[in-house]
Amino acid sequence: MKTGLDARNIVAGLVIAGLLLLPLYTSLSGNVFALTLFTRIVIFALAAASLNLIMGYGGMMSFGHAAYLGIGGYSVGILAAEGIGSGFVQWPVALLSSALFAVVIGALSLRTRGVYFIMITLAFAQMAYYVASGLARYGGDDGLTIYKRSDFGGLINLSNRVQFYYLCLGCLFGGLYLIWRIVNSRFGMVVQGLRSNEARMQAIGFPATRYRLVCFVISGTLCGLAGALLANNTDFVSPAVMYWTRSGDLMVMVILGGMGSLFGPVIGAVVYLVLEEFLSQVTEYWAMIMGPLLLLIVLFGRGGIDGLLGRLRRG
Amino acid sequence: VLLVVEQFLNGLQFGLLLFLLAAGLTLVFGIMDFVNLAHGSLYMMGAYFAASFVAWTGNFLIGVVLALGATLLLGIVLELVALRHLYGRDHLDHVLATFGLILFFNDAVRLIWGPAGLALPLPAWLTVPVAIVPGIYYPAYRLAIIAVALAVALMLYLVVMRTRIGMLIRAGASNREMIGALGINIKLLYTLVFGLGAALAGLAGLMQAPILTVQIGMGENILILAFVIIVIGGIGSIRGAFLAAILVGMIDTLGRAFLPDLLRQILSSSAASTAAPALSSMLIYLLMTIVLVARPEGLFPANRS
Repeated sequence: MKTGLDARNIVAGLVIAGLLLLPLYTSLSGNVFALTLFTRIVIFALAAASLNLIMGYGGMMSFGHAAYLGIGGYSVGILAAEGIGSGFVQWPVALLSSALFAVVIGALSLRTRGVYFIMITLAFAQMAYYVASGLARYGGDDGLTIYKRSDFGGLINLSNRVQFYYLCLGCLFGGLYLIWRIVNSRFGMVVQGLRSNEARMQAIGFPATRYRLVCFVISGTLCGLAGALLANNTDFVSPAVMYWTRSGDLMVMVILGGMGSLFGPVIGAVVYLVLEEFLSQVTEYWAMIMGPLLLLIVLFGRGGIDGLLGRLRRG
Repeated sequence: VLLVVEQFLNGLQFGLLLFLLAAGLTLVFGIMDFVNLAHGSLYMMGAYFAASFVAWTGNFLIGVVLALGATLLLGIVLELVALRHLYGRDHLDHVLATFGLILFFNDAVRLIWGPAGLALPLPAWLTVPVAIVPGIYYPAYRLAIIAVALAVALMLYLVVMRTRIGMLIRAGASNREMIGALGINIKLLYTLVFGLGAALAGLAGLMQAPILTVQIGMGENILILAFVIIVIGGIGSIRGAFLAAILVGMIDTLGRAFLPDLLRQILSSSAASTAAPALSSMLIYLLMTIVLVARPEGLFPANRS
């Protein structure tokens, strides 16, 4: 799968081109809603891509990834509420606190495997959820309204829809590039090796937990960035972004798109959120269609959309 | 003292209720190796069925029995139509598929019963307070929950450990191919176990229903608690689930009841009143973390290699 025009690369190319040209379409048609929707999609694509790094490549099934969305978002929200509006402060804090959280829960969770790992990451995310609910000073259950988006001086204006969209898109492509570099580096090879055969990797002399932890922290930090973007997008952050069904959504995006494929989560996020939007316009009870659809995908479509495209090529 | 006894009983009652939910989950996981996130939806369906059937028949007991049957049937249909094809797949597939089921059930309930919650009124004979020891009164209904849950736990133990069906279930858990080769209809057995788990979840839901309201999403928070319980108890172990459920029920209830006062003695009262609710919701997750770090296999792992 080096280069060449197989179905997979064509679709990826089309999606990239579509995302890049979207503001052109919305400014021509005046369809502002599409831009808002796709800003959200791009942000979730970044979060899903970060989850894919540990899930698809590292074999670590985190069911608590939404916690970082919340931590990144609350970092921005709390600093804004305290009068620190500069993005040069807010965003590094968001990244750093996500990384710190990932270090702590990673160090604890990585002592376990399999279903236990799924459950313990879930439990930590629920803890974060309850902590946020208990922040009475910052809105508690009701959430925190952000009155002013992060301020980056004259560099970029986040309140401008198009500029903000391109910022999110830039973060997504940057994140994907980083993941691509990681996956193809020696470090990434070790992490993938640990997924396939941990005993053998340890026998060669690689400290398994240390490698996994670093990977886990990188993933959490990237997702924290998505959280900071999300808070700016909605001008609001609430404990609900950390609720476990949100982590489930992210997992669904990754699996839907294709685990362990670089571009899969992006396609997964686009398909999942567009479908959600489309179905919710058709009927109020969109989840009644979405739910069984997921079931069918699991039953009959192994490897997600990416796997489907890969099979197309082989004919 | 009065309050302590009452909260203690509340904790026991909540713990036993959690056990009913966790037992089904751990049975299905231990025997079929299947992660069922939709277990909480079955809990919710049990409560909705009960509310409807009780209103329809006008009799609490008949309604409850009908609701139990309906949940059992729902579980069996679910297993036959979809879930049985997922055994032996990756756990992640289970998570995704049953996550889809949660979405479906939440909206199906909204479509059928509407977005507002329902109430399940108790008959008069269950609302009177009963004197457990002279001078200390406790609601009859909560006592009934304790009695029913204990009876079910005992029955479950007897069925699994002392009957032929139970023997087959245990054999199926340890070696699926072998028991199939011996001529046992393993598929039917799995369907039965899943139905049993569904009925247990439904029972927990309908018993909880009169205390809280019957509403969409009611199964989600409590499902996470049930997961915490089976992780603490050791996955696949009913005994572990029982002990862990009571532990979690106690800690959660007592924590919510007494932690605010306790904190107030250390911290200033305003700091305590903000910290206490968050801390008491976190307590059981902290417990789970400690257990997993100290004993990754759970406190009472099932006696299988």
